[in-house]
Amino acid sequence: MNQPTSPQSAPPLLLHMSNVSKAFAGVHALQNTELRVGPGEVHALIGQNGAGKSTLLKVLTGVYRRDSGNIQFAGEEVNFTSPPQAQRVGIATIYQEVNLVRLQTVAENVMLGHEPRRFGFIDRAGMERRAREVLSGMGLDLDVRRPLAEFSLAVQQMVAIARALALDARLVVMDEPTSSLDDQEVERLFAVIRELQARGVAVIFVSHRLDELYAVCSHITVMRDGRTVHQGPLSELSKLSLVSIMLGRAEHDLLQEGQTGFQRTVLEGTTAAIPLLEIQDLNRPPHVHGVTLSVRKGEVMGLAGLLGSGRSETARAIFGAEPGNGELRLNGRVVSWTSPQDAIRDGLAFCGEDRKQDGIIPEWSVRENLTLALLPRLTRAGVVDRAEQRRVVDKFIARLNVRCASPDQPIRELSGGNQQKVLLARWLCTSPDLLIVDEPTRGIDVGAKAEIQSLISELASEGLGVLMISSDLEELLEGCHRVTVLRDGESVRTLEQTELSEEALLAAMAHGSETAAPVTANTSYGSAS
Amino acid sequence: MTSIATPPRTRAPFSVHRHAALIALIALILFNIVTTPRFLTVATLNINLTQTATIVIVGIGMTFVIATRGIDLSVGSLMAISGAIAPMLFLNPTLGPSIGTALAFILPVLATGLLGAFNGLLVTRFSVQPIIATLVLFIAGRGIAQVISGGQLINFTQSNFTALGSARVLGISVQVLVMLVLLAVAVFVLTRTLFGRYVTAVGGNPEAARLSGVPVNRTRMLVYVISGLLSGLAGLIVIAINNSSDSNLVGQNMELDAIAAVAVGGTALNGGRVTMIGTLLGALFIQLLRYTLLVKGVPDAAAIVIKAAVIIAAVALQYRRR
Repeated sequence: MNQPTSPQSAPPLLLHMSNVSKAFAGVHALQNTELRVGPGEVHALIGQNGAGKSTLLKVLTGVYRRDSGNIQFAGEEVNFTSPPQAQRVGIATIYQEVNLVRLQTVAENVMLGHEPRRFGFIDRAGMERRAREVLSGMGLDLDVRRPLAEFSLAVQQMVAIARALALDARLVVMDEPTSSLDDQEVERLFAVIRELQARGVAVIFVSHRLDELYAVCSHITVMRDGRTVHQGPLSELSKLSLVSIMLGRAEHDLLQEGQTGFQRTVLEGTTAAIPLLEIQDLNRPPHVHGVTLSVRKGEVMGLAGLLGSGRSETARAIFGAEPGNGELRLNGRVVSWTSPQDAIRDGLAFCGEDRKQDGIIPEWSVRENLTLALLPRLTRAGVVDRAEQRRVVDKFIARLNVRCASPDQPIRELSGGNQQKVLLARWLCTSPDLLIVDEPTRGIDVGAKAEIQSLISELASEGLGVLMISSDLEELLEGCHRVTVLRDGESVRTLEQTELSEEALLAAMAHGSETAAPVTANTSYGSAS
Repeated sequence: MTSIATPPRTRAPFSVHRHAALIALIALILFNIVTTPRFLTVATLNINLTQTATIVIVGIGMTFVIATRGIDLSVGSLMAISGAIAPMLFLNPTLGPSIGTALAFILPVLATGLLGAFNGLLVTRFSVQPIIATLVLFIAGRGIAQVISGGQLINFTQSNFTALGSARVLGISVQVLVMLVLLAVAVFVLTRTLFGRYVTAVGGNPEAARLSGVPVNRTRMLVYVISGLLSGLAGLIVIAINNSSDSNLVGQNMELDAIAAVAVGGTALNGGRVTMIGTLLGALFIQLLRYTLLVKGVPDAAAIVIKAAVIIAAVALQYRRR
């Protein structure tokens, strides 16, 4: 299954990236990665966050320079140092955020940078004629004299594609082109992609929505941890296999107990019956459409799903960071939190997935970072009680075993694992009833990982309710009492502790339920929304 | 002298970057000691300190604003407004000199505080970029001041009021004392109070602050109010020194001096690092630079260019260390 397609039977490749490696500050982002795309092929490139997809594409288009490896395009060795260079030989990139001039007309955008000229002036009529030709070739009939901003995002994306075609692109790279499109617009984009394919233009298609891949792609490359772990025709790969390859788990791999630091306690009797937080039909467009879940006292509740399934968005909606609609009950009482402040007051805590972006205050010391959420309670008459602050900090640095030179060390100097411990401590010192953790162990070293996992179990056994988002299957299987699985922003299944198995989890992530038959390439798009 | 922004770290290594303002100031002082006759006199010190007082007072408010990643361009215009309102009060025959003078210390400052709240409202409720939001009063504020004063230069003698600009206590000008007291309060507020910690949290990482329950909008609102209040006070000091109020000139270019003092002092324009003492040093440096160019007979036009170059160098130094 993990073998590349046999080269002799395939037509000559349009693009062949081989043994490509790239490291950032000593950390390998790509290691001997391979990508093979044939002419007229719609090629899916897929992988978890941090698998190296974007890096690979940026190496291809000349945004980054590779450390080693070869890139052959149309049979010739290429070495781009800037995106315009790649564009000149026929590689165009369409980003999620359309990078066109929104206030200029459609025609100007299509012909941007290569306007037809006459006597040194732009030949407006010629420009509009050529733009219309290209667009109608894609089956689009637009008024090319109207400003681009008047059209929907989908049409803007088509215009970006038209621009690529006007430049005679032979390979179009689309990085998550559908992430902000609705179903109808996606269909339209797919029609254009098929049109491109018919003309022999190859497409590299990056998306996290499996249904879309199966609807439009013929071949696939799966990346994991900077390596190519699978390549071949998509029709030969079931959704379930695809998910297992992507997450790095053989379908029937037996679960090895004890790889994580969790010591899950058995919930029984009265404790298990007490629902701490109940969420009924939570909505927060565009990413959350109907999430129902509950967290009990003393329970680690897992929240699983593929990238883009709306896990983090659900957590942020619950916490009031981006409040959504739906019924939330805390200890049976209906609550509506419109800001994190409200949620914190009611005993919630939220440790986000991106430490740098929404966790640490880099210039601040460990001490100040640790007590940020507790500050109001450390304040007497507006003045922060420093003695009390020091006491709390010393206690939690010891309890979580944070390794730092002193509490006054700036947090940015700490390792990822220790930063994460400080952020956990920031919330634990507020003695919350419910802790939401989003990817609590991502990107941190093994030792700290086990410590954090063990801490989560310990806290739960003391009565804390925990809602844990994780992409790590082991973490979900060993650490959680129950797991709710999200798919396309909707909760599709809750697995009780007795039902928790890797197969059940993978199946729910891929299809939404354990029993659904594996969906293959001929399933039409739009069956799920 | 250590930076007071982040609570003093015992093991903080001495860094040229961190103390750039102090080093530049000392260098300039040494240069003057050698080349300027009669530089080391009480008179010189007094001239420079009194000139610095208004920059520092406005700079304190500006430091709070910049600490939240904002900026306040309206300070100079707000000074003109308070400078235009005050004479109407203490020269008002119906109020009488004592009540009028008392009100002249209070009402203009409250008015500019309110206008600061208007800035804050634009920045928070309407999510206008601070530079644009405060540009509104930067332009309109001076117009308002001219409407209030009738667009004329107002000369006055009202010794109780002008004491703010000319009286001395123990040989030190009142406005210098006011500056020192405000500075001490500001350092305390910034480093020791909940509000002060919230200000630096908002500047250090607004999203992390919000997710940790920091009332980001209320904090942003308050810094603009503080900046407005302090600008109003600075306006009063300027007209008290001059014994006259000219709404065209009061506070002119103050926004530039205040921002420069903050930037030269080492407060990061994109958040995270805040130092009130740095702002004092920055203001002293800018004032002494201006004084030096003056006594060396550098023409005004050239002096402005040199001043700009030095400020650019200071800001560039800040960005290079990132």
